[in-house]
Amino acid sequence: MSNVSRFGDRAFKGLTLLMALSVFVLIALIGLELARGSTTAIHQFGWRFLVSSDWDPVNEKYGALPFIFGTLVSSAIGLVIAVPLSIATAVYLTELAPLWIRQPLTIFIELLAAVPSVILGLWGIFVMVPWLRENLFPLLQKYLGFLPLFQGPIYGPSIFAGGIIVAIMILPIITSVSREILRSVPGLQREAAYALGATRWEVTRIAVLSYAKKGLFGAVILGLGRALGETMAVTMVIGNSPQIAKSLFAPGYTLASVIANEFSEATTDTYLSALFEIGLVLLGVTVLVNALAQLLLKTFAGPGVKQ
Amino acid sequence: MQNAEGAAPGGPAGFFILHFSCFLPPCPRVTASNHQWRKAKNVFMQTLTFVCAVLVILPLLLVFYHLLSQGAGAINWAFFTQLPKPVGEIGGGMANSIAGTFILISLASLLGVPFGVLGGIFLSEYSHHRLNWWIRFTADVVNGVPSITWGMVVYALIVLPMKGFSTLAGGVVLGLMMIPIIMRTTEEVLQLVPNGYREAALALGIAQWRTIVQIVVRTAMKGIVTGVLLALARVAGETAPLLFTAFGNAYWTHHLTEPIAALPLQIFNYAISPYDDWHRQAWAGALVLILLVSAINIVVRVLTRDRFSVRSI
Repeated sequence: MSNVSRFGDRAFKGLTLLMALSVFVLIALIGLELARGSTTAIHQFGWRFLVSSDWDPVNEKYGALPFIFGTLVSSAIGLVIAVPLSIATAVYLTELAPLWIRQPLTIFIELLAAVPSVILGLWGIFVMVPWLRENLFPLLQKYLGFLPLFQGPIYGPSIFAGGIIVAIMILPIITSVSREILRSVPGLQREAAYALGATRWEVTRIAVLSYAKKGLFGAVILGLGRALGETMAVTMVIGNSPQIAKSLFAPGYTLASVIANEFSEATTDTYLSALFEIGLVLLGVTVLVNALAQLLLKTFAGPGVKQ
Repeated sequence: MQNAEGAAPGGPAGFFILHFSCFLPPCPRVTASNHQWRKAKNVFMQTLTFVCAVLVILPLLLVFYHLLSQGAGAINWAFFTQLPKPVGEIGGGMANSIAGTFILISLASLLGVPFGVLGGIFLSEYSHHRLNWWIRFTADVVNGVPSITWGMVVYALIVLPMKGFSTLAGGVVLGLMMIPIIMRTTEEVLQLVPNGYREAALALGIAQWRTIVQIVVRTAMKGIVTGVLLALARVAGETAPLLFTAFGNAYWTHHLTEPIAALPLQIFNYAISPYDDWHRQAWAGALVLILLVSAINIVVRVLTRDRFSVRSI
């Protein structure tokens, strides 16, 4: 009996360990397959691939700079819009809101997180982009047109539109992770500040926000990771044109969208390999950013708090 | 003492003074006017963060409003029963895409559920294993890998060797994406099972693995199912990884080696097409997809409001 159960214990532990170890296989698989796919391009173009801005499949010239530019700019716009909004929302949800409002609001934010990217893209094409073209962009041009960022013709599909979609996509994740972080701030911190006669907002600012700074930074970096890899919705509104323009109203292209658009049409081996290398760049950047985010969150939260 | 709003300076100037004063260090002298000032600041920040919360859920409300107003009219019996019509012909439906999405997520669960649930059991029940920190960390990092790169990996692994887009490749890519999600949610709900249950079972002389399977997992079953359903809801809406694995299909699929249609793929193809009738159908498809995804989310949340609730992913 005891031998049987000991064998059962070992076998079960071994089986579950094997399954858990599959995550290492997954990450290795992604890295190896992308590296294998991009060997041709790496040999042929070397480091020039990252700094060249020619993307000309007809003449077999490939440079990733316009896509790197588009990804960075749209993610930056996304973060500028999403970070203040989502952290303020998390603060409202955990510290300032009346209790009855918290639960429904949280459900709404979780539903927003569940909206598939392609649906947001559909809404972006037919509702948001026309609205931006008719209303917001002309307004920005009128009042901020002296900046090169807001000059030039207005098409609608643009890096700016892509940035706004990215913001909508990362709002829920930054909000819910920040909310977890704020909830994990010990109640004693707050009570101590209240005891000194602080108002609710002062408690939040002095006792909660300053305590949670590192974790909130982690939440923002996690949002950045999602922003860099966001594909469908951005592809549908960014205009898909490999150029580096000064104006935010000009169309752009991101690493993820060039893969989405051109991968199944890539006719030559070099073309396919160049797209694999773009995937490798995207993977490298997002894995680094995500690892940093997880380190920040895990070291902030400690063993008792899950994130 | 008047109420706090009475102390707030009016007009746009007051707005900015209040706004920036939030970033000043607290004033050491406590006077009556200072007190009012602080209360005003408090009310102002409460309002400001409330406005931010409204702005965050505004896109959700707008998307739902437009989906209902544009999509509801295009949904009819044909939409659920017919194949897509060729360009130029009005009508047709997304029957094969809807079925395709269900087939793909069923295939995905065959891969994602055993790996995810058993891996999650390891993380929770053998929590002192020295690799656990690394497994957790890697699972979280893998979870953040852009979905489009998953598509490329499965393209290289399955589509190239098999020389064609296939249902199998689509199921595998979604299944791989589910593994880290389910692993983490399973771990989370298992840790909610009180340790007393485990100790009681072990004290009766029951082997550890049977304790885990028959006591711990059974107690947390509802939570595990919740996690699996949420993972399904998430991959059901994925488009990017399917673009060059499942690829899409205008007809019914009869074999695992044939390409298959999926709702998100069809929505994408119709949305970027130049035809009004296809746009109309894209809205209808989007409405069906979002109802499916939100229904899973809401049902799951209502069912598990008690102990075994799962965080959103």
